[in-house]
Amino acid sequence: MSLIKTHFGRRSFIKTTALAGGGMVLGISWLAACKSGTKEEMLAMPKEWFNINGFLKIGENGVVTIMSPNPEIGQNVKTSMPMLVAEELDVDWKMVIVEQAPLNTDIFQRQLAGGSQSIREAWKPLRMAGATARHMLKEAAAQAWQVPVDEVTTEAGVLKHEKSGKSAGYGELASAAAKVAVPKEVKLKDPKDFKIIGQSKKNVDGLKIVTGQPLYGLDYRRDGMLIAMIAHPPTFGMKLKSVDDSAAKAMPGIKDVFTINVYNEGYEKQWCDTEAFNEKVVVVGNTTWEVMQAKKALKLEWEPFTAFSENVQGWGGPQKVTVPAGLENTNDHQSKMADLTAKPANLLRKDGDPEAAFKRAAKVVERTYSAPFLAHNTMEPMNFFAHVTADKAELVGPIQTPEFMEKTVAARLGLPLEKVDIQMTRQGGGFGRRLYGHFLVEAAVISQKMNTPVKLVYTREDDMTAGVYRPAYHVTYRAGLDAEGNLIAFHIRGGGTSDSPVHANRFPAGAVDNYLAEEWRLDTNISTGAWRAPGSNFIAGAEQSFLDEVAEAAGKDPIEFRLALFDKAMKSPVGKDNDYDAARYAGVLKEVKEKSGWANPPANVHRGVSAYYCHDSYVAQVLDIVVVDGKTVIQKIHCAVDCGIVVNPIAATNLVEGGMVDGIGHALYSAMTFKDGTPEQSNFDKYRLIRHSEAPKAIDVHFVQNGIDPTGLGEPLNPPIIGALANALYKATGKRVYRQPFLGEKAMLG
Amino acid sequence: MAIFNLNINGKKQQVDVDPATPMLWVLRDHLNLVGTKYSCGIAQCGTCTIHLGDVAMRSCMLPVSQVGNQAITTIEGLSESGDHPVQKAWLEHDVAQCGYCQSGQIMNAAALLKANPNPGDAEIEAAMNGNICRCATYVRIKAAIKTAANG
Repeated sequence: MSLIKTHFGRRSFIKTTALAGGGMVLGISWLAACKSGTKEEMLAMPKEWFNINGFLKIGENGVVTIMSPNPEIGQNVKTSMPMLVAEELDVDWKMVIVEQAPLNTDIFQRQLAGGSQSIREAWKPLRMAGATARHMLKEAAAQAWQVPVDEVTTEAGVLKHEKSGKSAGYGELASAAAKVAVPKEVKLKDPKDFKIIGQSKKNVDGLKIVTGQPLYGLDYRRDGMLIAMIAHPPTFGMKLKSVDDSAAKAMPGIKDVFTINVYNEGYEKQWCDTEAFNEKVVVVGNTTWEVMQAKKALKLEWEPFTAFSENVQGWGGPQKVTVPAGLENTNDHQSKMADLTAKPANLLRKDGDPEAAFKRAAKVVERTYSAPFLAHNTMEPMNFFAHVTADKAELVGPIQTPEFMEKTVAARLGLPLEKVDIQMTRQGGGFGRRLYGHFLVEAAVISQKMNTPVKLVYTREDDMTAGVYRPAYHVTYRAGLDAEGNLIAFHIRGGGTSDSPVHANRFPAGAVDNYLAEEWRLDTNISTGAWRAPGSNFIAGAEQSFLDEVAEAAGKDPIEFRLALFDKAMKSPVGKDNDYDAARYAGVLKEVKEKSGWANPPANVHRGVSAYYCHDSYVAQVLDIVVVDGKTVIQKIHCAVDCGIVVNPIAATNLVEGGMVDGIGHALYSAMTFKDGTPEQSNFDKYRLIRHSEAPKAIDVHFVQNGIDPTGLGEPLNPPIIGALANALYKATGKRVYRQPFLGEKAMLG
Repeated sequence: MAIFNLNINGKKQQVDVDPATPMLWVLRDHLNLVGTKYSCGIAQCGTCTIHLGDVAMRSCMLPVSQVGNQAITTIEGLSESGDHPVQKAWLEHDVAQCGYCQSGQIMNAAALLKANPNPGDAEIEAAMNGNICRCATYVRIKAAIKTAANG
């Protein structure tokens, strides 16, 4: 049990009464109105709600509504975050209704979906909210019964006083509890007493999803709402030159055609304001199909822009970023990146004397790996609803960064922050794409101009060719082995367009006496950004493929080779700031070694192994390939994960499975390529995503059991599986793969 | 514009639209049946799958003018209260992550099981290959289809 300080924003305790039927202090939720055999329908709704704090309210009949604060992009926070509140409130999960909270920085912290941090960051604040409410209920009971508060206990939504035999449901005392002073400190449960955390709870939106109820941004509608679409330049390096909208304007159902600037000239962009095309053509009309047809009738001319610079408020403070001119090609990117990797680059870390060690090495292995730009391709394309009036902006839709975008919208419209209201719908995927909310700004600007509610809808083609891609990457590794096969020198030099994937302090830094890390960047006018496991989604696979090859050159088993390095990192770490816990790293590797039966693989199974640490969780994987009729088939993945306490096992396992299949798919099939600045893929006919028949036939997931505070699972799974895949493909085919997408090298998977 | 009399989820519906309008947008924009989702618009991802009679169809490229009096079923009409065996199996396996593609997956799976009540692995894969799940819940989808087949 731990004692923590409570902290609530000023609006957390506004009184709520007589708001049965969906109304509540946090705003009327459109989503809550969508009912179909759901808990809201099956549970008798209370006549009155009592707002205990901004995180939860309790009805007089004991039904509890818990607000889920963060954007739900498929990582299951809408279910798992309220579980943290419910655990400490000590309520029966069957009596809990979950509602998506709107953006409200007075009450909630970090309403952001990114970096696999939602559960990690919410672990204490959300439990604090539940524990505070439980404390207030106990106080109310103590006062009502005239007994010491320490003698009041709770169990599954019932308050009890054992000595007097008194008991009452939470609902009976909710009214009194709402008036109790907020404690300065509350006790949190000991993990061994958890009743909800660690139990599988199914998706709170599950029934709505399988019955097709409106949930997503694209499903949102409002009376009098118009549909808007944009046309952006088809080519990176181009801007709008002229618009002939005469045919489009005359088409049925079309209300207006005009151009907008997403951001005003001189605006200092936030990190999440990334956008390659500032001026866009807008078509507004009655229905989606009519607007789509009118958009095709636009006659637009584009022209190359000259290099320009813009002010960006990045993570490291304000910067002036220069956007180069030119129409770029994938072939040029690849040759330029190869040139940059062939010469010394920006030094990040140096331990020992790497060059001397390479000179005396008995064997040196050098390999180069690369990967293309990737699009996020959320199944629900970018969209947003906006209704902007003279003094207020109301925005509803899918966004990973509502807290940041509120500032951007306020600045763009010239409204104070409190006049911008953002509500989050369930989101049809995120993967990082919805961190960058230019589409939200566009919707707001269009609504302001039209003076009407508007839903902005991107077509798949608009979405896939709009940029903010995963950068293309290129990295060269060198390893020096002594005569006994010990790793005595390690060198990584890499970069990308225009981000570097090199993490100087990650493994094997700290496990090698002589170590060198360098990075470079290649400027581009193709916009890039975070894509599931940013910075790790390529480098993990490259590193784990390389270590496999080095272990082979050393004549060692790939797991034993890694374990020896972790052992060194534990016993005599080299250098400072090593960015991992070698014991937990080794722990997942040992777990997967045992669970996969590594020592005795089944006959005719070709195995690859990998282990990686990123986004605060440790992962190790063994991937089994079999050859059927000359074709390689992924038979099974064995995966060990250390993410501390697992909050919701059924959903955690789902994320682990999906993350790995996602990693395999992108490594094998996916790429964005460019010819004279134009994306060569704009829809799923040319951009390949993994499909049913290509998915692994079975996946075994094992969570390391420990009492460590939980970390996230949205991102740590897809990076390392690419290494396990490459290593298993080598065993199955005798050929190493270095360039993603692997299928582009040779058709390898059946 | 032209008037079309449609039979959707057992109900008669009338719309006055451009004959080229795909069923996807007739459902979503004109009839407020938004369970059928838009994703690619070129019949490559299966997200917009509906039933025309008993057959799974991509509604994004099916013009309303070609429907005639054939019965249309959407995810909203697959069962009265979400208790179709496929829907129940989806909930049992907690298949959804983001969930956006799942109505299309469910509609395709339901059509598969109607035509082939006990499909093998390869038959499931072949029938479902047109439906992309970007969250890559494929392993659970297959398990849920097997549960629905045996249920």
